[in-house]
Amino acid sequence: MITLSRTDQSVIGRWWWTVDRWTLATVFLIATIGVVLIQAASPPVAERIGLDNFHFIQHHVMMLIPTLIIMVGVSLLSPKGVRRMAMILFLLSLAGVALTLVSGVQIKGATRWIHLPGLSVQPSEFIKPAFAVVAAWLFAQARHTNNVVYFGVCIIFYLMIVALLLMQPDLGMTFVVSAVWFGQFFIAGLPILLVAVLVVCGLSGLVGAYFLFPHVQSRVNRFLDPAAGDNYQVQRALDAFQHGGLWGTGPGQGTVKMTIPDAHADFIFAVAGEELGMLWCLFIVLLFGVVVMRSFARAYSEQSLFVMLGAAGLAMQFGLQACINMASSLHMMPTKGMTLPFISYGGSSLIALGIGVGMLLALTRKRFGQGDLP
Amino acid sequence: MSDAPFSLTGFDIAGMERIQAPRPEGRVRLNNPTSHALEQGRSRLLVTAALFALVLGAIGVRLADTMVFSREAEPPVAENTTARPLPVTRAEITDRNGVLLATSLATASAYADPKLVIDAEEAARKLVATLPDLDYRQVLKDLKGEKRFVWIKRNLTPRQEFEVNKLGIPGVFFQQEEHRIYPQGSLTAHLIGLTGIDNNGLMGIEQSFDKRLRENSEPLRLSIDVRLQHIMRKEITQSIQDFNAIGGAGLIMDIKTGEILSMVSLPDFDPQNPGEMHDDSKFNRATLGVYEMGSVFKILNTAIALETGSVKLHETFETNHPLKIGRFTIHDDEPVNYWMDVVDIFRKSSNIGSAKMAEKFGIDVQRDYMGRFGMLKAPSLEIPEVGAPLVPNPWRQTTLLTVAFGHGISVSPIQMVSAVGAVVDGGILRPATLLKRDPNTEIPETRVISPQTSAILRKLMRLVVTEGTGKTAFGTGDLKAPDTLDYLVGGKTGTAEKVSGKGYAHKSLRTSFAGAFPMTDPRYVVFVMVDEPHGNKKSFGFATAGWVAAPAVQRIVWQAAPLLGVKPVVRNDPEVLQAMAIN
Repeated sequence: MITLSRTDQSVIGRWWWTVDRWTLATVFLIATIGVVLIQAASPPVAERIGLDNFHFIQHHVMMLIPTLIIMVGVSLLSPKGVRRMAMILFLLSLAGVALTLVSGVQIKGATRWIHLPGLSVQPSEFIKPAFAVVAAWLFAQARHTNNVVYFGVCIIFYLMIVALLLMQPDLGMTFVVSAVWFGQFFIAGLPILLVAVLVVCGLSGLVGAYFLFPHVQSRVNRFLDPAAGDNYQVQRALDAFQHGGLWGTGPGQGTVKMTIPDAHADFIFAVAGEELGMLWCLFIVLLFGVVVMRSFARAYSEQSLFVMLGAAGLAMQFGLQACINMASSLHMMPTKGMTLPFISYGGSSLIALGIGVGMLLALTRKRFGQGDLP
Repeated sequence: MSDAPFSLTGFDIAGMERIQAPRPEGRVRLNNPTSHALEQGRSRLLVTAALFALVLGAIGVRLADTMVFSREAEPPVAENTTARPLPVTRAEITDRNGVLLATSLATASAYADPKLVIDAEEAARKLVATLPDLDYRQVLKDLKGEKRFVWIKRNLTPRQEFEVNKLGIPGVFFQQEEHRIYPQGSLTAHLIGLTGIDNNGLMGIEQSFDKRLRENSEPLRLSIDVRLQHIMRKEITQSIQDFNAIGGAGLIMDIKTGEILSMVSLPDFDPQNPGEMHDDSKFNRATLGVYEMGSVFKILNTAIALETGSVKLHETFETNHPLKIGRFTIHDDEPVNYWMDVVDIFRKSSNIGSAKMAEKFGIDVQRDYMGRFGMLKAPSLEIPEVGAPLVPNPWRQTTLLTVAFGHGISVSPIQMVSAVGAVVDGGILRPATLLKRDPNTEIPETRVISPQTSAILRKLMRLVVTEGTGKTAFGTGDLKAPDTLDYLVGGKTGTAEKVSGKGYAHKSLRTSFAGAFPMTDPRYVVFVMVDEPHGNKKSFGFATAGWVAAPAVQRIVWQAAPLLGVKPVVRNDPEVLQAMAIN
């Protein structure tokens, strides 16, 4: 372990004593568990699609290491730095999302990706953390200055993002962005009446999606009536959980996992269930809980509204993604393609995740007597 | 964590003072909006956090429930697809003696969910290697398609099922199905009909009893006797071959019960391979086809004449001149130059005489009796292929005369058989049935003519065989062998010219013979019809019923009677001759 003196005034030294080391450690632990699970889950998948057995684990580690470095790097930033970075990232990724509509590559019925030399990027992944910070700043400004213009700008940004995402179409992302934005708006003091109105809007949006998008309809129908259609993946996932039981089969010992097509990605939690058992699964849930709750606690004691909203938004986003993934693999909700943060194999989404958690760590650093940001 | 107050309301005022450094603008407000916003934000942050805690807790509970608590409730047992008892639902069909005519085999059909097939090329290659009659390109196309369900092959044999299963292709599954099997093949084709690939009845008994066969697994017992069916089919096939005919039909009916013991229509089809079925093969000539029966109808005409008393048995008619009515002229095949009585008219099958007899009783009586004989409406029979007769309308004077010798009205063979049955069996009509009758149930009966008239008609029909148009066929003219055993068949020939365009085609005939035996106490009616026979050397070029249909009936009766338990009698036994003598 690095030893740094309390009085060390270097960038690293100050970082070490102010960053939320518990969250940092938890994220590293989650990432480690992820490596173990991908090693267990991906060879059958790789073999099935004709890749080298170690393809996924190699790529995962190759993305994970820079991700963690980026995460730590971003967490070095000051709240102002975070805000600026988020603003730039927001504009870039907004342009990127718009670009997918023009020159995107269609994968599984949606155009969400743009190919850069060397890697494919899903710009909407980056818009999530960036927009959480930008929205936090706009909300905070609105409250500071009592100027409705900031609210207006924020709402316009939000509607732009939603419009772009629905054109891809990417309902999962739309849902997460909307939920986080709404959560921030709520914390930023949205009148209760409007809260109710927005909740109703959100629900009718979901109902509308059910009738508007056939694939959503089919997924919901299959969730509500398992006999109605193909629930192969979810069924296998539940089998995996049951096979795991209390203690699990041990890492690498699972058999049901081999029949889960997306074992390395959206359904990696089922692999955890089968191989590590219920206790470890509860532990993983706890780890995500630690990240979310500690961040909330830090945000709670924060003196800057921007930081509070930003940290809360990023934490919500992280937690929401984890909850949706775990809940859908446990058949608690219709399946929604969403990765389990730092555990699922996920290429460029990992980088976005690193940036998001990095910003979260940066915002939740202890700052004494700095007051609100100008 | 200790550096900030952790409560909803009371946050550290001192701290607030500290952080609320002078605003750059230097505005002074009593109610600082930022501090209010922070306070509100904290309380709402708590609400959000609580929500998250709730969701994470729910996931934890669900985890525990799925992984540990409900584990025993649904143990993951692999399904054993082959050892499971296979339910066969569609009932069997048997003949009257319990011989299997249709049964169901439980088979497996392979299908695929293309979405779950990982490597379509490999899967298609393996499948075609295992099931060589599949087409690689078609299978590949199916497996690459968008559908979530494609059949690979229906009704596999157990070995094929095993082989396909052994391939272990993901996404390929089996569905347990039933495959209908017809052990008698085309023998009962028109009767039983067939089922479609989804095991629904499409024809014959399979169609009309579809619901019964699905819902009640008790075998369905028909009135048919497969042995008689075989004899009938063999002999009509023989006649068709001998006379180069286009088709034929035959029926045997137990007139005491109305049960149909044999029902054949040729050409027929193989219900196992209905794909090769032609429309003509599918057509049931015995029940669906309606035909002008020709002279066979003289049985009915004579019965009406005698029953109504309009004509006496030995009354003579002017049969030495063709009968002119309007633009029609009625001829006889073998014209005579004398007046014939009813016996001769019947024996020699005189059209002129029959028409003159009909003139005696008139249109209304004729129509009334035709209705009683069941000639004017479709019979009720247990198969869907039942034809409605072509009834003359209006029923004019010309109609009266032509119907007398079986023209101008078209009926199906099954109608003819029932009517002849009524004439010979004491005048009682019993509806035909294809199901075996329960001996304890009452059979519906309708009296059509008196027993006395019936007795005379029996003698007349026997006379046709011994001294009339059927003489050659039954060998009764052979006086050198008076002690020959005989089944005492009586009947009537019918040779009708087929309608062609607007008139009749003189060269294209339809010959039939309606007979019953033993004539002393008739029990069985046999009907044979041969469509468009052509004369051959053996028949001296004749293609009339006496040469075509009557010999077939003779061959059928001589083989069927022993099976039916009818004992032959000496042909010229005085008692028999006495019983058949016409006074």
